Amino acid sequence: MTDILMPALSPTMEEGTLSKWHVKEGDTVSAGDVIAEIETDKATMEVEAVDEGVIEAILVKDGTEGVKVNTPIARLKDEGGASAPAKPPAEAPKASESKSAAAEPAAKAPPTEAPKPAPQAAAKADGARVFASPLARRLAEQKGIDLSAVRGSGPHGRIVQADVDAAKPGQASAKSGATDFAKAPPAQVKSLESLGIAPGSYDLIPLDGMRRTIAKRLTESFRDIPHFPLSIDLEIDRLLDARARINAALEKQGVKVSVNDLLIKASAAALKAVPEANASFSPEGIAMHHHADIAVAVAIEGGLITPIIREAENRTLADISKAMKDLAERARSRKLKPEEFQGGTFSLSNLGMFGIKNFSSIINEPQGCILSVGAGEKRPVVHGDQLAIATVMSVTLTCDHRVVDGATGARWVQAFKGFVEDPITLLA
Amino acid sequence: MALDFDLIVIGSGPGGYTAAIRAAQLGMKTAIVERELLGGICLNWGCIPTKALLKSGEIFETMNHAADYGLIAEKPTYDFAKVIDRSRKVAKQLNGGVGFLMKKNKIEVIEGVARMEKGDPAPKVVVDLRAGGSRTLQCKYVILATGARAKEIPAIGLVGDGDRIWTYRDAMTPKAHPASLLVIGSGAIGLEFASFYRALGSNVTVIEALDRILPVEDEEISAAAQKALEKRGIKFRISAKVTKLAKSKDGVTVTLDASGKSETLEAERAIVAVGIDANIEKLGLDTLGVKIDRGHVVTDPHCATNVKGLYAIGDVAGPPWLAHKASHEGVHCVEHIAGKAGPPIKAPIPGCTYTTPQVASIGLTETQAKKDGRKVKVGRFPFRANGKAIASNETEGFVKTIFDEQTGALLGAHMIGGEVTEMIQGFALAMTLEATEAEIMATVFPHPTMSEAMHEASLDAYGIVLNT
Repeated sequence: MTDILMPALSPTMEEGTLSKWHVKEGDTVSAGDVIAEIETDKATMEVEAVDEGVIEAILVKDGTEGVKVNTPIARLKDEGGASAPAKPPAEAPKASESKSAAAEPAAKAPPTEAPKPAPQAAAKADGARVFASPLARRLAEQKGIDLSAVRGSGPHGRIVQADVDAAKPGQASAKSGATDFAKAPPAQVKSLESLGIAPGSYDLIPLDGMRRTIAKRLTESFRDIPHFPLSIDLEIDRLLDARARINAALEKQGVKVSVNDLLIKASAAALKAVPEANASFSPEGIAMHHHADIAVAVAIEGGLITPIIREAENRTLADISKAMKDLAERARSRKLKPEEFQGGTFSLSNLGMFGIKNFSSIINEPQGCILSVGAGEKRPVVHGDQLAIATVMSVTLTCDHRVVDGATGARWVQAFKGFVEDPITLLA
Repeated sequence: MALDFDLIVIGSGPGGYTAAIRAAQLGMKTAIVERELLGGICLNWGCIPTKALLKSGEIFETMNHAADYGLIAEKPTYDFAKVIDRSRKVAKQLNGGVGFLMKKNKIEVIEGVARMEKGDPAPKVVVDLRAGGSRTLQCKYVILATGARAKEIPAIGLVGDGDRIWTYRDAMTPKAHPASLLVIGSGAIGLEFASFYRALGSNVTVIEALDRILPVEDEEISAAAQKALEKRGIKFRISAKVTKLAKSKDGVTVTLDASGKSETLEAERAIVAVGIDANIEKLGLDTLGVKIDRGHVVTDPHCATNVKGLYAIGDVAGPPWLAHKASHEGVHCVEHIAGKAGPPIKAPIPGCTYTTPQVASIGLTETQAKKDGRKVKVGRFPFRANGKAIASNETEGFVKTIFDEQTGALLGAHMIGGEVTEMIQGFALAMTLEATEAEIMATVFPHPTMSEAMHEASLDAYGIVLNT
């Protein structure tokens, strides 16, 4: 017999929802068969069987939320004696090649090949430094425990030996994970009842992985990052004109570039012109990113996700447009791979299609800036001393003041305005 | 019913008075009850005055060896009454200091003997005042910090008589120093008095029932300590059980059972230093139903007893019977009451013995570590290979370190030598911060200091010692 364990689909995954079983007890499976679907923070993924055998028992039912990584979810009776449990989908980072041998209890399983925390500078998913004692670091390394998933009980939340001893390899400590969000100290969530909303007067939609992640990450970002917005109006008549000409040219290829695609390109060009804005804060220093990896917010059912156009500064408009279309589609069906929505260097959020005039977004940690794009609309403008009509779009750059100061942010906005108002310069 | 105080601390030793100060800092209306002298045994009859005596003894010993340093001190001698007097003055100064601290922190000092009765939300405290009359006080929390006293075993005559059979207290204020002295018990207290009286010329014999002196220390330290003290003229009878202690015509006679053979030793005076008994009597603990185990109040990791509102810290709550353990518990207990405590105390507690040479240690001994089933790496470094020690003529002793082979965790450190009691906190800090050998090796130790031996002993555990 072999336990099939809850796989970690990304290095930072602590738990997930077992959304659907594709097999039932008694089914014979062979390597590569999709046996279940797992919903994580932001994506739904398929779990494949690694070996053949008969599903002897399903231990975690469909729709179970908050299943911790490495929890046995099913038991496989192997045909030939030797066996191995399910492995995560091939495209997922190999966070957990669960190799626990049949007879061994989970706690004694050989360390999963979780990403080895660098002894010196383990970092949380959000880039924050992990504080742990030297001994705790060494023990975590020896036991294959990801310190970023361990809750510290020492002074100032420092991870000490006892915390690592209590954590199981490849697994978050019992105290972290689900309760993490509720326990983030200043973000105490009050009960609705204590706020005067009577029980029974509403329907409760359970928090899914995405909602939890949005709540946690944006709360932390808004609380911990010194945000400031810089707004500017852009005249986009030339951009619209350029778009029409580009689309006419690309028509044969079946590509239709959107205004947003142009803004992605212009953002990348502006980040290249003002590289200080393409940066992330870390306790060790300011990370100056080599490429403009632009994360674009896409609203999907039940939340939002930010697929990334990598190296946007080096890509053609047609390429950006095609990639964006594909990413957005797969985002809506929740089929994005983790690396497709994790790790951008700059974000863009566009609510123009809803007629929103101006807004300022919350920073997507660890990025230094996020651009909020409003609707393009005809407005009266003054050219020289003449009143005129132009298509104007208001945008707001929200900056992390730890990385981007006012003048730096303003220079970026200036550069962006230059590219947008005179799109031919994007070719320069 | 109106509460008289938020917190009443019974006993003003290092645990009690420290707890009271911390409580006052946290805004609690606090009172402290003391039946005798502020500062308790530590300040008045223990740690501090003995250090004053030992300093006199140590300097006298150095004077006797002045020639080693190229100095001339002709026929050094001493005024015993003044040595004792200095010790008392030191105690008095610190006792006054605690009084000042109480006043400064607006802590009410209630002089008298306390006992407890059932009460709510905490036991009531009834104090028979020294000035006459009594006060019954109700507060939210009571911390019991009544400490301990010398253990006495009347059945075999191990009872202080204030004349020829001394407990630590009598040994601190004698009229004259005895020509010969028997010290029963070779723990820190026994050996410190042995060291002091030997330095002043008494003929001292230490009797230990177990097979080595300083039985809580690492075995190598016990052996080295015995050798060093023997060199100074102290005699030891180990594995010798006292079966009877009695006054004789001119002094005292002790009867020993040494591996089945009975023998007797004579001396002018004897010191009973066979351990301590916690002060749990006449406090009303029975009535309250306070849980007691082996003579000590049972507490949880936050020093709470099984009785609502009642806490216990320090000696009364169990070993190790050390002032710094008491004060550390006191602070933690109060912070816990105030809802501000960190996790329970897990830091290892160092132990110090102020003989010449001194002994200091922390964590596990080599035997304990091995008994735990750990594979260990052990390092040693002798002070005779340390420049500062040679310059200071303090080449006796060594540093021993014990690391976990697998994790590199420092499991224990043991030192014997000059001023090692001032150095042990380096290892205490390392262990509290959960340092491994790597951090200790990476730490820069100042040259020339005796502390370099700590570094070298750690390097030695990994086979890379530099100066031997």
